[in-house]
Amino acid sequence: MFGKRNSLYGPVDPAPETGYVDAPARKGFFTDTSICIGCKACEVACKEWNDVPGEGFDQLGLSYDNTGSLNANSWRHVAFIEQPRKAAEEKAPPVELGMPALRPDGVGATDVGGAGGSDGAEAMDFRWLMSSDVCKHCTHAACLDVCPTGSLFRTEFGTVVVQDDICNGCGYCVPACPFGVIERRKGPQGSKNVGIAQKCTLCYDRLTVGETPSCAKACPTESIQFGDVEELRERAQRRVEDLHGRGVMDARLYGNDPDDGVGGTGAFFLLLDEPEVYGFPPDPVVTTADLPRMFNRATTAGVALLAGAVAAFVGSRR
Amino acid sequence: MSSDRTGQGSIHDRPGPRGRGAERSMVPPAEFTSYYGHNVVKPSPWEHDIPAYLFAGGVAAGSSLLAAGASLTGRPALRRTGRLGALVAFSFSMVALVHDLGRPMRFLHMLRTVKLTSPMSVGTWILSVYGPFAALAALAEVAGLVPAGATQGRLRWAFRLLDRFGGPAGVVAGVTAPSVAAYTAVLLSDTATPSWHSAYRELPFVFCGSAAAASGGLGMIGAPVTQAGPARRFALGGALVELVMERRMERSMGLTAEPLHDGHAGRLMKAAQSLTVLGGVGTLLAGRSRSVAVVSGVALMAGSACTRFGIFEAGQRSAKDPKYTVVPQRERIAREGPTRYPDHPVGGP
Ligand code: SF4
Ligand code: SF4
Repeated sequence: MFGKRNSLYGPVDPAPETGYVDAPARKGFFTDTSICIGCKACEVACKEWNDVPGEGFDQLGLSYDNTGSLNANSWRHVAFIEQPRKAAEEKAPPVELGMPALRPDGVGATDVGGAGGSDGAEAMDFRWLMSSDVCKHCTHAACLDVCPTGSLFRTEFGTVVVQDDICNGCGYCVPACPFGVIERRKGPQGSKNVGIAQKCTLCYDRLTVGETPSCAKACPTESIQFGDVEELRERAQRRVEDLHGRGVMDARLYGNDPDDGVGGTGAFFLLLDEPEVYGFPPDPVVTTADLPRMFNRATTAGVALLAGAVAAFVGSRR
Repeated sequence: MSSDRTGQGSIHDRPGPRGRGAERSMVPPAEFTSYYGHNVVKPSPWEHDIPAYLFAGGVAAGSSLLAAGASLTGRPALRRTGRLGALVAFSFSMVALVHDLGRPMRFLHMLRTVKLTSPMSVGTWILSVYGPFAALAALAEVAGLVPAGATQGRLRWAFRLLDRFGGPAGVVAGVTAPSVAAYTAVLLSDTATPSWHSAYRELPFVFCGSAAAASGGLGMIGAPVTQAGPARRFALGGALVELVMERRMERSMGLTAEPLHDGHAGRLMKAAQSLTVLGGVGTLLAGRSRSVAVVSGVALMAGSACTRFGIFEAGQRSAKDPKYTVVPQRERIAREGPTRYPDHPVGGP
């Protein structure tokens, strides 16, 4: 808004920063991909609760991934990566990842090193990586910064939400998002909000009545954890230290650092490989962090244009 | 779908040397990983309306500047070309902008807020200030074409009013015009689209130069050579700035300059360069011959259009290929470590 100070970079608490007084604690997701079993309950629950249209069944041939990407009609996306096991991991014993054991004999425990089951004799030569992706609800959200209508707004929970009745489908938020999340809905024909930008709302309607977002509610392994961002960050830190202690040195957090290029994300992740393996940018920076410099350069260029026009007349004999 | 895609989630790609881009690129090829080769960021949903708008906006802005100068220095034919050209180009660009919306009927939602963090919001307000003045100046021009005897009765005061305010309105349009030409560079750069963002330092100069070249070209087409001197100089200066700054831009963009050389965008950029050089040289000879002036003017306008379409296309392509998002970020990490406040990476996607 005009005249309001708007910090473009660095660690802030977004809701108070936007001007909310007595805002509730910031809400978010901690998605622990090490215990994701790829059941896609989150995808289904999200579609059902938020009335997100389906686009028919499409076999993509990307492992078990038939969703492809986050987009206007997929607000949760489970990525499936079948990865050849590295030589060093070949002989590593299965690691108990703390999955809820379904049977007393331990079936249901996942093995991050590769076996994927309790039957060590049938150890596979690859490992599964599965990860449920979602809008990051950035502290510095490029989509929100560039939205010219004010359709995208910061909620009292510190999340980022589109107002369907305000958005005019200018599409600016789409290339602005450093994670490729938000998209203008193209179809299917006849579904609601076609031509309007769509993405995860962190179930704003459920939050306002104190409910857990539908994906987190549906997740059977608690891979998707919902709560106060502060608390989730601590929990994530404990979890990654715990995994390191058990020898899972690949474990790392993504998006949890409030000092990173987007001021930390409200939805962050524990990953078992480099971010780009899952389709994440390795070092995202909110584009508006450079905006003051961009406007400076443009102002200089504009002044030069004006000076050039003056010179064209002043120096002209005819 | 090929079997290696089903068998392995992450794809290791080595961006191979490709065309001239690789020769020029300052960045050594690096290995990178992606999720099945999928794009990380999304390309804008914009169609050709947007580069057409960029071009027309530039023509309008430059034409208003020329019209203001012509009106202050007594060059009526150049003034007429500038004012009418500005209105036509401005109207065209507004149609293109509205047409590109997902919900065109909600265009006016742009005006429900002023948001300094949104170049599109700032641009809309710039256009809302510039537009009416440019239109008023053009209306005055049209009114001036009506023979004095025909303006009788009730319409008379309107004609007098236009005659009175056409000049000042044209000057206001001229003063606000540079922001119309320059903001569009920020519009593209303020995105995660690799080849647009990494161009942010030089793009405003390329676009302003392009605007001067195109509008100068239009002035050379529309005004007799005796009045078009300033248009020729303006066009030549613009062409030089556009050519030099485009070179510089490519050097500072690193790997993300590659899409400017490849495929469709590459052909457009090459055409832009040739046409702009041709038209620029033509301005030196156009003082003697109207036909040379017209040919050079057309070349300059076409060159400007090719620049806008080429840069637009290159950006779209850079967004669709994960290489241009992942590799520059990886290189930055290798150079400076991951981005952490308060250190701020300068540029880059
Ligand atoms: S991830 Fe993208 S869509 Fe989500 S808040 Fe951040 S910038 Fe916006
Ligand atoms: S498409 Fe809608 S939400 Fe996205 S920037 Fe434009 S008005 Fe805002």
